[in-house]
Amino acid sequence: MLRFLFTRVSLVIPTFIGITLLVFVLVRLIPGDPIETMAGERGISSEEHARLVHEYGFDKPVIVQYGLYLSRLVRGDLGRSIVTHKTVIEEFGSLFPATVELSLCALMFALLVGIPVGIIAAVRRNSIFDQGIMGLSLTGYSMPIFWWGLLLILLFSVQLGWTPVSGRIAVLYFVEAKTGFLLIDTLLAGDIPAFWSAVSHLILPAIVLGTVPLAVIARMTRSAMLEVLGEDYIRTARAKGLSSFRVVTVHAFRNALIPIVTVIGLQMGVLFTGAILTETIFSWPGVGKWLIDGIARRDYPVLQGGTLLIGSIIMAINLIVDMTYGLINPRIRHQR
Amino acid sequence: MSYNRTLPALAIVAALFATPVSAKTLVFCSEGSPENFYPGINTTGTSFDANSQIYSRIVDFERGTTNVVPGLAEKWDISADGTVYTFHLRKGVKWHSNANFKPTRDLNADDILFMFERQWKESNPYFKVTSSNHSYFNDMGMPKLLKSVEKVDDYTVKVTLNAPEAPFLSDLAMEYAGVQSKEYADAMMKAGTPEKVDQEPIGSGPFYLVQYQKDAIIRYKAFPQFWGGKAAIDDLIFSITPDASVRWAKLQKGECHVMPYPNPADLDAMRKDPNVTVLEQPGLNIGYLAYNTTKKPFDDVRVRKAVNMAMNKKAIVDAVFLSSGVPAINPIPPTMWSYNKSIKDDPYDPAAAKKLLAEAGYPNGFETDLWAMPVQRPYNPNAKRIAELMQADLAKVGIQAKIVSYEWGEYRKRAQAGEHQMAQLGWTGDNGDPDNFLNTLLGCASAKSNGSNIAKFCYQPFEDLVQKAKTTSDQAERTKLYEQAQVIFKEQAPWFTIAHSVQLKPVRKEVVGFKLSPFGRHTFYGVDIK
Repeated sequence: MLRFLFTRVSLVIPTFIGITLLVFVLVRLIPGDPIETMAGERGISSEEHARLVHEYGFDKPVIVQYGLYLSRLVRGDLGRSIVTHKTVIEEFGSLFPATVELSLCALMFALLVGIPVGIIAAVRRNSIFDQGIMGLSLTGYSMPIFWWGLLLILLFSVQLGWTPVSGRIAVLYFVEAKTGFLLIDTLLAGDIPAFWSAVSHLILPAIVLGTVPLAVIARMTRSAMLEVLGEDYIRTARAKGLSSFRVVTVHAFRNALIPIVTVIGLQMGVLFTGAILTETIFSWPGVGKWLIDGIARRDYPVLQGGTLLIGSIIMAINLIVDMTYGLINPRIRHQR
Repeated sequence: MSYNRTLPALAIVAALFATPVSAKTLVFCSEGSPENFYPGINTTGTSFDANSQIYSRIVDFERGTTNVVPGLAEKWDISADGTVYTFHLRKGVKWHSNANFKPTRDLNADDILFMFERQWKESNPYFKVTSSNHSYFNDMGMPKLLKSVEKVDDYTVKVTLNAPEAPFLSDLAMEYAGVQSKEYADAMMKAGTPEKVDQEPIGSGPFYLVQYQKDAIIRYKAFPQFWGGKAAIDDLIFSITPDASVRWAKLQKGECHVMPYPNPADLDAMRKDPNVTVLEQPGLNIGYLAYNTTKKPFDDVRVRKAVNMAMNKKAIVDAVFLSSGVPAINPIPPTMWSYNKSIKDDPYDPAAAKKLLAEAGYPNGFETDLWAMPVQRPYNPNAKRIAELMQADLAKVGIQAKIVSYEWGEYRKRAQAGEHQMAQLGWTGDNGDPDNFLNTLLGCASAKSNGSNIAKFCYQPFEDLVQKAKTTSDQAERTKLYEQAQVIFKEQAPWFTIAHSVQLKPVRKEVVGFKLSPFGRHTFYGVDIK
């Protein structure tokens, strides 16, 4: 296991350098420079432009800029936003908990609905339920997030008035940020109405963000379960007289988990990218919207630092997913 | 039994949707996060909105107008030659306080000097803190204009200019001139955290900052010791909501009271909503198509006039602006003083245009480029669509226009360098002074220096009037000069004036006293909730 871990971690380093290089080059390929973008239609005199370009170091050759960036990175310095002038780490740290809270709730929604639905569809293969669910999941998978989000807001918030329109919490609640996770902060503050307000604000964005992963997880669970349910040992288990419930949940489901867990790991990446749109629609103050603004304003440090941090987190999640295979299925060993 | 079970469930549901009762709170669904809390380096209206609640300025714009009224200075004297301004400051102006800093003195001349010097002098220790790009201070020409700023005594400041400048007071009423506390700045410099001055602001304005969470919320409270008296509302909240449809949903539900920048498509529903009033006013802006007057064939005024007559302005404005624009006649908006109402627009008359083109030596038209901005702006919601409509109109008189576009920064840079023949652009006024349009956009200096005069229009009779008005302090006299300048503008036709966008602001009925700012700003001092 240790050796496996070592191999995987050593693979992370080139990936990490690859991300830095890719992002560094890509952001500079976007036409326009940050100084020009800041000036808007007012424009900026060429002397002032030259002075600022020099001050930010954008006049150096790109390779030198990259070298300087890497050397700062090694010291843990991701730079400062050109727009707000706060450190990238500080901005990321204040926004990331909101994205994590939303993504975890969306994932929970996708798992709690997707897995049972997938199992039932597999057990009742080719029934109306199965076909209905698979049709719905295809629709969910193809749904554009912004359209789906606005539709839910119009129905549940504006027409029915069941949920708030957007934001993380009703504006009248003032909860001091301790962990950055509002569900936890409100409980720490002992403010139960604020907690419920935070929960009610999470419902729609979690559903919107969780829709695509839900569809994928439901379909993957169904196909993995179908494969396992056709195995000889399932027939044996049934022949032994075990209850159908036990056969499905204990014997079949556990063995179907490997592909499902893989998909869940991959869906974390989808959740982060989906969060970009969901956060914009629901005015959710997370890193997705921060990165979008970063692109619009050519905020190089934010784009480089933000992408690198998110990339690292996704790499870490996939590493954890790989390691859980061994826990789920003892036949899988990672020594060699 | 069932009673016992139902009650907690009901309590949870009630708690879910209950909002705590608070003293008068006004919620503004703002469109984005501010860059920071130092107006001296801000470049966006979003940042100015967030900061104008916190800071006071030496002079102010009267709410809802472009008139300059006393701010931190209760009065001022101007020397006969218009170069020396002596400001007499209010006494007893209190500063806000926060966890880092408790002020020990009231506002005085040192703070006013700090405001100027931080943006002006590289030797000031704060010049580079947060950013050295004091964009508006530079754009308003302050570095060249200012000769000296001196403290006469604690409550008197003398500003000497290198040349008379009539719009100077209007320049000082702009947000970039918000006054920060020198005492706070010194304390933070000593503590080794100078940037805190721009992140955890201390001002002397009507509201103080309580909490800011990026992309989520800005929370202010009314400052009880504000020099103008405490605001009518107790709490002011900016609920940051970037999507216009979502802002409208929140306004409908009463989750916010005022929203900026509605979707034109939602306007009908807004006007029908009994809980909402849509305030409207032509904005302090102009969208135009500039002819490069130094390039053939647009160096000939007949060609410019002909092109003006060949394009159907009303159809363009109706199709692109929907109900949010009015056709523009003059280069300044109708809400600005000195607007010349007697000027008639060039009529839409393709036959006359063709005749004029023939006179100019182009009986069969000519080929030209037609630049369309790649971005959406209040004064031009869809430059590409406008370009297509113009292209179709021009084709009818034989002019073959090729639509060209670049990335926004590149577009502006190339247009300012004069690479185009015809290019769309626009302007939103900074200080409400006609000089800010007529001189900045059409003056000779700005044409020669690759500045904002992309028509490269440098016409001496026009220039003389505008320069004379700039150095005249009598407003009646200036009005006459600008009115004449607008007549010359129309005769010379350096632009096809497209439209002034109408500022639309849906506001809930319970809001009292909200006034539209000609600058498109949102200030909430003087606003109440029924």
